[in-house]
Amino acid sequence: MTAKFVKQLLTAGFVLGTLFGAAAIPARADQSLLNVSYDPTREFYKDFNAAFAEKWKTDNGETVTIETSHGGSGKQARAVIDGLAADVVTLALEADVDAIAAKTGKIPADWKSRLDNNSAPYTSTIVFLVRKGNPKGIKDWGDLVKDDVAVITPNPKTSGGARWNFLAAWAWAKQANGGDDAKAEEFVTTLYKHVPVLDTGARGATTTFVQREQGDVLLSWENEAYLALNELGAGEFEIVTPSVSIKAEPSVALVDGNVDAKGTRKVAEAYLQYLYSDVGQKLAAKHYFRPAKPELADKADLARFADVKLATIDDFGGWKEAQAKFFADGGLFDKIYQPAQ
Amino acid sequence: MAHDTLQPDRVTSEGPLARGLLIATSLLFLLLILAMPLLAVFSEALRKGLPAFLDALKDEETFAAIRLTLLVAGISVPLNLVFGVAAAWTIAKFEFRGKAILSTLIDLPFSVSPVISGLVFVMLFGAQGYFGPLLASYGLQIIFAVPGLVLATIFVTFPFVARELIPLMQEQGNADEEAALSLGASGWQTFWHVTLPNIKWGLLYGVLLCNARAMGEFGAVSVVSGHIRGQTNTMPLQVEILYNEFNFMAAFAVAALLALLALVTLVLKSLLEYRFSAEIAASRRH
Repeated sequence: MTAKFVKQLLTAGFVLGTLFGAAAIPARADQSLLNVSYDPTREFYKDFNAAFAEKWKTDNGETVTIETSHGGSGKQARAVIDGLAADVVTLALEADVDAIAAKTGKIPADWKSRLDNNSAPYTSTIVFLVRKGNPKGIKDWGDLVKDDVAVITPNPKTSGGARWNFLAAWAWAKQANGGDDAKAEEFVTTLYKHVPVLDTGARGATTTFVQREQGDVLLSWENEAYLALNELGAGEFEIVTPSVSIKAEPSVALVDGNVDAKGTRKVAEAYLQYLYSDVGQKLAAKHYFRPAKPELADKADLARFADVKLATIDDFGGWKEAQAKFFADGGLFDKIYQPAQ
Repeated sequence: MAHDTLQPDRVTSEGPLARGLLIATSLLFLLLILAMPLLAVFSEALRKGLPAFLDALKDEETFAAIRLTLLVAGISVPLNLVFGVAAAWTIAKFEFRGKAILSTLIDLPFSVSPVISGLVFVMLFGAQGYFGPLLASYGLQIIFAVPGLVLATIFVTFPFVARELIPLMQEQGNADEEAALSLGASGWQTFWHVTLPNIKWGLLYGVLLCNARAMGEFGAVSVVSGHIRGQTNTMPLQVEILYNEFNFMAAFAVAALLALLALVTLVLKSLLEYRFSAEIAASRRH
């Protein structure tokens, strides 16, 4: 009786396993692409992927399925380095694509010049999200270091957005102090003393601020801030645009090593090109990314972007230099940030 | 003895007040730590009614996550059943050098953080890992695919079956097996007709617990998943994704389903215990 019982148990297990195993293998589309992206692009790529799949079907008669993976930009780059088979990466910043290029050789070193606008089909900037009525009266970067203000921003070691936040703060402090780097360092050091928790990605920081109601101000991607407003009811939060911010250029790149292994080069290249088309640019603007070619986007969407003085990464000597100076192991961020006790 | 005030039918010496307080404290604790969060999950999931709850589960990516979770558990649990029995059998019935080390090793997954368990597999099978280049040359993908998820799950849930069986088998001793062997049974026959009937209930508990953990594992699986939507997200990962997309109702719906699976497991365990209590007691007495 027991033998029978165990046999049945084992059979049930294996039958279940094979059954679901077979079921889990998806109906194979003609082609499939994997886009490894960063946090705040979920909603944009959902729309864009559908548009591209339709276009590819009309033009080539082939069905293409686009898989996506989202997370903190640095973490996502790490996953691609560890073998996540991305056809394209659409990350928050150049340095993360450079890391993949340097560690795996799957992306050529000159990837940035392969597409228009430094391989950034859309840009964004950093703004403040504050609670309704702006109770702490936050207007500009200087207000963030007032005694009772708690600032929410993710960890620059793992999050691309957080690195832009850091650099935007630095850019403001440097300009406010007549170009004095020491003063800028002092400001940023004080700023991070006002950060109670460092999430690993931008989306995690947003939920910390919005859902768990921590902190008085969230340093956020512009598009992420608008999304929070829209998804969670306008009137609960307000967007404050600081006097100086930074032009964030999220980078896209083909992962040559992977597309050649999978035979998806043609469709992957078309996918990236399509980001620069009128459809791609319109969708980007609709989802609150600043399009690289504004003339292709809807005027009404563009009107939503506030005018702000934008520093660029070149003011920091480019990403290679900024990454090494500020965010690498033993860099400035490691020196100034002490986790709250 | 003058100060021996213990009544014969009482096992403790505490007064009724102390006992009442102790019971109240544990009940309050259970309520706060276990019942309330569980209720919160279900109430949040059903806030917009049952149809909305079911709709949330019908979402293609969520459905894929449910399927993947069942697949991973469906592979890991039977394998761990075999490994667990083998390990327990070795440790409980034989004396050999290094037995203590083996016994400690089995507990390793319990004491190591699941994140580390995941990273270990990335270090072994990732593109930069020890076996990465070899695997890549054969076009095999382990990390960021189903095999990686299964490996991580097996690692994390390995001790459940073995830990359930080892004390039971040690308690039962070798007498039955020795009798069978002396009567001319082969090793396999002894295992199949003597050992297995003795341990079947313990085995079943181990499998149930192992299954509950396999379906619920987050940390290790998160590291090796790659989070490809509709492909490598198990249910716990899907909960995180939905939550991060401000889709709170759907997140709680999936969470409720997970909790439900765990509850079913526990109810099943209790039912079996109740139904076969006499038989279980008999097997423990062996």
